[in-house]
Order: sequence, then structure tokens, then C-alpha cells
Amino acid sequence: MEYLDFELPIKELEEQLDKCKVIGSESDIDVTDTCKQIEKKLNDTKKEIYKNLTAWQRVQLSRHPSRPYTLDYIKALFGDTFLELHGDRNVKDDKAMIGGLGKIGDQSFMVIGTQKGYNTKTRQYRNFGMANPEGYRKALRLMKMAEKFGIPVISLIDTPGAYPGIEAEERGQGEAIARNILEMTRLKVPVVVMIIGEGASGGALGIGVGDKVMMLENTWYSVISPESCSSILWRSWEYKEQAAEALKLTAKDMKKLKLVDEIIKEPLGGAHSNREATYKAVEKAILKNYDELKKLSPEELVNSRMDKYAEMGVYKG
Amino acid sequence: MAWFKRKEKGIQTKTEEKKDTPKGLWYKSPTGKIVEAEELAKNFYVSPEDDYHVRIGSNEYFSILFDDNKFKELDANLMSKDPLKFEDTKKYSDRLKQAQEKTGLKDAVRTAVGKSKGKKLVIACMDFAFIGGSMGSVVGEKIARAIDYSLKNKIPFMMISKSGGARMMEAALSLMQLAKTSAKLAQLAEAKIPYISLCTDPTTGGTTASYAMLGDINIAEPGALIGFAGPRVVKEATGKDLPDGFQTAEFVLEHGFLDFIIHRRDLKDRVNLYIDLVTNQPYRA
Repeated sequence: MEYLDFELPIKELEEQLDKCKVIGSESDIDVTDTCKQIEKKLNDTKKEIYKNLTAWQRVQLSRHPSRPYTLDYIKALFGDTFLELHGDRNVKDDKAMIGGLGKIGDQSFMVIGTQKGYNTKTRQYRNFGMANPEGYRKALRLMKMAEKFGIPVISLIDTPGAYPGIEAEERGQGEAIARNILEMTRLKVPVVVMIIGEGASGGALGIGVGDKVMMLENTWYSVISPESCSSILWRSWEYKEQAAEALKLTAKDMKKLKLVDEIIKEPLGGAHSNREATYKAVEKAILKNYDELKKLSPEELVNSRMDKYAEMGVYKG
Repeated sequence: MAWFKRKEKGIQTKTEEKKDTPKGLWYKSPTGKIVEAEELAKNFYVSPEDDYHVRIGSNEYFSILFDDNKFKELDANLMSKDPLKFEDTKKYSDRLKQAQEKTGLKDAVRTAVGKSKGKKLVIACMDFAFIGGSMGSVVGEKIARAIDYSLKNKIPFMMISKSGGARMMEAALSLMQLAKTSAKLAQLAEAKIPYISLCTDPTTGGTTASYAMLGDINIAEPGALIGFAGPRVVKEATGKDLPDGFQTAEFVLEHGFLDFIIHRRDLKDRVNLYIDLVTNQPYRA
């Protein structure tokens, strides 16, 4: 288990609790009360810390190395029915972008999502969750396949951004994202989007246009990462905390601005502290929204999706 | 003995009587060619000796594209608010005020309808002078409404991009303008109304990741910088030297994302030629 700097009081108490339990089992001393007290304190401390998280702390949590990634959700939701599909039919198969079919109950879904690695080797393999144009084009190919067969789409987002590489530019990173955004606005099947970690800018929106867009509680979604924002506007990397506040990038802020539809609560201590509960909450939210959306005709679906995006923005005059 | 001798010390001329050199009489292109401002304007703001396309704004593009510079501006009074109360080293609200005072513009895009070679055309043109041509709520809304005007009146739509990307001070609100404008372009496409996207120097970031790359034809001015991530970001991220001409219009054409590159003097003719051809209408010579 890895701990973030603001989680250190939790770490300390958890260690105390472990010790207490060890003493209890290895000696005759009755430590039940002591253990209970520590446990209560641990719970209170957790509540206190997680109640007052700053925007930057949530950014840290969204990048927690133990956080579940796209494939973890896919495994939990679809089990053995998941059939991964590869390639953009053009250049190559992008490992930072996952896609395939799977079933929840009797219903098939097309799932797409950005994928991060869990150690140095797989992080490189997954290009740190930064997709190339072929990743976006693979996602589009799969969404078009879903549309053809009337299969709803689930998009899971966890990316620090689209990859800013030389070849990415040569192969039209901007065009690939733009094309996806346009096609997703008029896709004739329900599209349910979930930000499960980082939602960085065009890299996220490139698979992020949907009828219902949800954010897990400790995730962020904005036009730029707080670090890059700090470096451009403050001309220094030191202002990431202020940038995180200023960007209003938390789930709560995004909901208030009506840029996302729903916040999914995470277990106390974040998504990674109780993975099973997180998967359950995500599955429940997806199914609930799908049940609503499937009642709409393709025309109603597309019209209300377009209307939703037409409403976004604040101006005067 | 000195040739000139100052009898009275200090500067005696009063401020009111000070003779100012008029600004902007001459233009010097990056290769060092000098051209008279008036001549530059006559030459479509292209330096005659080296064909350098000077960065211009909506005023100039409208004068180049609309017949006799006659047009009706749409939604001219739409202005940015500061919904996030954004503050970095400066308040966003102050930035907006300063940009408005400096440029005389309301925001980073102007939209208009007028006749080009005798037929109506809707043009949305970005102004780089206004906070780097950045796209926020106003830019997105004005473009969306201009497309609505095209849809309603069945008039071809032309977008002139000149932008560093989304406006950070409106954070995710800016990001969602990519979706808003793209949704409108999807409607335009369904209605089979031609959309011409002109990429000028520079067209990067969120602009490239939305309307700039979604034209029925994407065209560009010579030498324009066009890309998703800016060259500095790519260099930092990859640690590699960038190839020659990386992200220039010529590079982007070579990689298949532009239909052609157009000299500004031919812009009006070529855009209208495309419209005549694709709509199967008589050619306007």
C-alpha cells in the first residue's frame, strides 16, 4: 500500500492497529479495547481527511498508483465475456487505448478506454495512458461498429492527455480527436462516459462525448493539467496547487458548472481502498443510466445529446 | 571645437509639442524585407518580395473575402464573463478588459455574413490579438450561432482559425466548446452545406482538435504553424530534435491533413471555386 503525503496520519494509525493486533494474538494481554479505540480513531481520521480534500489532493488521489485502471473495471464488470478488439485498420494497435465487447447480465456493451500501466514496464507499454491518433481511430472504429449493431457504448477515461509526440503530429493527433468528438455527438446508440482517474483535455474529450458523463469522486477533468497550467500562466511549476484550485477541475465543481451529469461516490479512502465497492458503484451507475437511455429513440438520443453540449458555456450579451 | 553646441541644458520641448513618428508606416518581414504599409495592404498583407503572409485579423480577412468589404456582423455584442473567477498572476476579468481596450475587439472571434463573388457566405474569423485567439465560451457560442445561421439560410460556412487553443482561464468550459462546435458542424454536414476550414498562423491545440480539422476541405496559408501539441511541448515530451519544417502547413499537407495551401491573393477565388464545384453550380469567373 502506498500513501500520499496527506494520508500519513492514516498510515501511522494503521501501523498502530496492526501492532495492537499482533500483540493481541501473540500474548495473553487483552487488547480488544485498545484495538477498538485505535480503529475508531483511524476511521475518524480518515473521515476528517477525506472530508476536506483540496483540489490538488484529489488530483493526487486520481493518480494514486494503487487506483483501479480501465482493465480492472472491465474485468470486474464483464468477467469472462470480455472480448478485446485491436487495431485501427490503418497504422497499428495503440496499447494506451483499450476496446472490446462484453456483457453485463444479458446486455452487450462496447467498452473503450485509456489504459495506464501498474509498473515501470507496463507503464511504458501503455505509454502512460497517452493515446496516439491510432488509439482514437481504433476507438472510433469500435464505436461505429457498436452503432451498426445497436450496441451501447461505455467509455472509461483515465489519461494525462493525448500523446504529444512527433509521429502523433505526423499522423494527425488533432484531426483524430476532432473526428471522434464530431462522430460521438451524432452516434445513434447510448454513450455513457465515466472519468475514473485523470481527464486531461482533448485527450479525454476525444472519447468523452456522451449522453451521460459521470466522474468518480476523486478524479479531475479540465482543459489542462494543473502542472502545465502553472508552467504556462505562472511561468513556473511551483503553482500547481493554486492552478488546481483555479481550474475548478474536481467532480463537485464540474457538476456545479453543468459540464458533467453525475458524481459517483468513492469508498472512504478513495477508489483503491475498497476496489469491490468501487466496481459495484460504477456498474450500478452505468446500468441505471443505460436503463434510462435505452428508452429513447436514436433521434431523441442524438438531439438531446447535441442540445446538452449546445448549452455549455457562460457568456453575456 | 564641437560642430554643434547645446546652449541650454536638458530637453526644452514641451510634451504637447513633441513630434511623434507615426507607427506602422513600414513592415519588416522575418527575412528582413521591408514594405510600405499601404503597399502591404494592397498586396493582401503579403510581403511582395518573399511572399511572407503577415498575421492579420478579422478586419483584414473580411475585407479580402467580402465584396466591397460589405457584410453584416452577427452576435457582435457577445462578451466573456468570468464564471470561474479565475486568477493567476492577473485576474481574468482584468485580462479581458485589457484585451478589449488594446484590440477594440469584444472577444477572439468575429462572425459575419456577406457576399463573396456575388453569393452569400458566412465567415467566422478568429483574432489572434485577443488573448492569443484563445477559444472560450464566447468563441464557441459565436461559432455555433454562425453555423446555425448557415443552416437556417443554407449558406456555405467558412472558418478562419488563428488560435493558440482553448482558453485556460475558462478551464473545462473552454474544453466543452470543442464538443459544442463539433456538434454544430455535424448538423451542418447532415444538411450537406459546404464547410471550408482555413488554417492560418497559428492553428494549434483545441482549435486543431475540433473545427479546424473538420472541414469538407481543410486549407491553409503558406508557412502557417498547424498542430495539436505545440512544438515546444513535443520537444520537451519526446526529448528529440524536431524534423525540418515540423508542423508547417507544407508538412501538414504532405502528411495528408490539408487539401491545398493557398496564397492569400487567390483565397477568395479558390474558396468560391470550390463552392461552385462541390454544389454543382455555374462557375463564377
